[in-house]
Amino acid sequence: MPTFVYMTRCDGCGQCVDICPSDIMHIDPVVRRAYNIEPNMCWECYSCVKACPHNAIDVRGYADFAPLGHSVRVQRDEEKGVIAWRIIFRNGEKDMNLLAPITTKPWGKHIPQLADVPSPSQDMRDSELLFNEPKYIRFDDGGLHTLEKAGLQLKVGVYE
Amino acid sequence: MAYKTVVEDGIDVLVCGAGLGGTGAAFEARYWGKDKKIVVAEKANIDRSGAVAQGLYAINCYMGTRFGENNPEDHVRYARIDLMGMVREDLLFDMARHVDSTVHQFEEWGLPLMRNPKTGAYQREGRWQIMIHGESYKPIVAEAAKKSADQVFNRVCITHLLMDEAKENRVAGAVGFNVRTGNYHVFKSKTVVVAAGGASNIFKPRSVGEGAGRVWYAPWSSGSAYGLMIGAGAKMTQMENRIVLARFKDGYGPVGAYFLHLKTYTQNGMGEEYESKWFPALEKMVGKRYLDVEASHLSHRPIPTCLRNHAFINEVNAGRGPIHMVTMEAFQDPHLEEIGWHNFLGMTVGQAVLWAATDVDPKYENPELTTSEPYVMGSHATGCGAWCSGPEDISPPDYFWGYNRMTTVEGLFGAGDAVGGTPHAFSSGSFTEGRLAAKAACKYIDDGKGEGIRVSDEQINRRKEEIYKPMEHYKVYRNEITAGSVNPHYINPRQGLDRLQKLMDEYCGGVTVSYMTNEKLLNIGLKKLKLLEEDLEKIAAENIHELLRAWELKHRHLTSEAVMHHTLFRKETRWPGYYYRGDVMKVDDENWHVLTVSRRDPETGEYTMEKAPLYHLIDDKPEAKAA
Repeated sequence: MPTFVYMTRCDGCGQCVDICPSDIMHIDPVVRRAYNIEPNMCWECYSCVKACPHNAIDVRGYADFAPLGHSVRVQRDEEKGVIAWRIIFRNGEKDMNLLAPITTKPWGKHIPQLADVPSPSQDMRDSELLFNEPKYIRFDDGGLHTLEKAGLQLKVGVYE
Repeated sequence: MAYKTVVEDGIDVLVCGAGLGGTGAAFEARYWGKDKKIVVAEKANIDRSGAVAQGLYAINCYMGTRFGENNPEDHVRYARIDLMGMVREDLLFDMARHVDSTVHQFEEWGLPLMRNPKTGAYQREGRWQIMIHGESYKPIVAEAAKKSADQVFNRVCITHLLMDEAKENRVAGAVGFNVRTGNYHVFKSKTVVVAAGGASNIFKPRSVGEGAGRVWYAPWSSGSAYGLMIGAGAKMTQMENRIVLARFKDGYGPVGAYFLHLKTYTQNGMGEEYESKWFPALEKMVGKRYLDVEASHLSHRPIPTCLRNHAFINEVNAGRGPIHMVTMEAFQDPHLEEIGWHNFLGMTVGQAVLWAATDVDPKYENPELTTSEPYVMGSHATGCGAWCSGPEDISPPDYFWGYNRMTTVEGLFGAGDAVGGTPHAFSSGSFTEGRLAAKAACKYIDDGKGEGIRVSDEQINRRKEEIYKPMEHYKVYRNEITAGSVNPHYINPRQGLDRLQKLMDEYCGGVTVSYMTNEKLLNIGLKKLKLLEEDLEKIAAENIHELLRAWELKHRHLTSEAVMHHTLFRKETRWPGYYYRGDVMKVDDENWHVLTVSRRDPETGEYTMEKAPLYHLIDDKPEAKAA
């Protein structure tokens, strides 16, 4: 199946259940461990793999086309802001480590609380501008594009 | 059923679905409606939901106007030619002029965008695409939405929109159920922004059995954007414009960065370039306007995506497959090799899993490509969705009824996959559309248009009974058989999905018939869809999780029916390579240079089809011939 859970590592914390976009990671009521209840609706998106605090979840390729014996593992570290991948081929000849940033800034601190910013004026409301525009568009002329500015005319012609 | 009813009253803006469109709507709504009650309902968890759940390695819609790269009108010209003329240019222009501000915000929030060290501009992958380290794309934008909304209801699957009983054709909220607790949720709201997903898995996928979930678009995108709006009687457009993708075989890994940034190219099984030889004959079918073989070479005018598919499909059918992506040259550069792998890990991990499993190292072996099964969506290179009003300063009267992105149902707005005629929005464009819809929704309320909404208990109770009916049905009939899943009184959601996929595939131009259909086949398909609709009344859900699948299937069914009707109505093959009408193979600009619009009567289920005018607001730019 696409995702599966190692019995000895899982403690049934439910973080995979909480995050799975497809609602297929569930806790088995008998053994109290997580498992994938519907492999054929799993996208191998790795959301649960990244969320698991015990590295208990792994993925193997789909049985209808992927042979056994490979590994694509991931570690996601929000404190350091990095994600690390390790890919091992079935024949063992390729073993790659890849590292990428997941955010350039501390989590959440740079997202504005719009409830705290000044209210938009009536002019803003009547205009076509969105929050913090035109500043955030950073057009060279500072304004919003209109057909007129682009030297274009509304060409009213039905079916053509 | 012993499930609680949870009523959330007095909502101003209800956002259904919290992918990129929904997060954009929730974020922006707070700015224009500080005093307003903004609520988000999402069937998964907002931190990792929607098509961008596993990340993206590129933002595919960025103008770069500040760097002098493109202007919004250029984007309209590009999307128009790619869709063989059929786009809502007002909506496209409007999205394009705002999308840069969205991307600049993303960078400020911490999304790692790559820069070109020489120019200082964002690293371009192609003319419209910039490269990002986007593994955390969704959690970052989700954080913005969470900070803006009054409340986010995770794991609440919206099944129906509520309609106002004080005023005809006005929305009044939505209902659904919690997929964990089973509780019935009622949201009474003055406006609703539908930002749910397009439809994967309505056509039979190439993968089978366990692999059925390895599709290109997320398997949890169940066509709810369409199911909800069609069910409420909103007019839909371009539903025949389904998309077929050329992708790495089996894993559905993206090819964009490979073609554009890594400069890879394709060849047939004999190692030959094949694409151009299919174009002269195709030019006769679609006309010089859309494919001018000579001029395209001289001007670098892009060839529409569907026409490139046409060449691919025909070459394979001629027995000269498989088509290979030539990666062996580019991957000799270690930097490009690393980018090639990161590209998958950032957005389609399954492709990396597949190559590791099959020992395909693209450095030493050219991987196979394939064409996917069709998908129905409105934000990638295709424009299915609701017929929406455009912005005040651009739209001609036929396209304008007061509020930007409002559908033909009052108070009901769309974003992302939900808006028709706006292809090439992708993630940044969907977020931008959400912002535009939210501003318009707040204006709608400020203008007093949402006053006096009335929803009776009768409507709420009727929907409740309807929602839980599959569980009741299961309970009543399960004991007629000993055990197992074969029952004369019901089918389960998986069986229903298999049936839907088979009939869409065979009658509506899926992969096993080489994307070919005709009037006769479509009429049979519609008849079978009606029978399936009757059986969906008898669908059985063993538990709440199956109830979720049952409602996803019902949304997929409504979407499929619209696709069939639209494909039947448009009597031409407008997008060869996406689908073919075998009985009307040629593009017919004289009669069909129009948008198609449908409405399903919510009471009778009857379809009304009409043509809508296609206004070209942006002139063709004179092409620099032999520049």
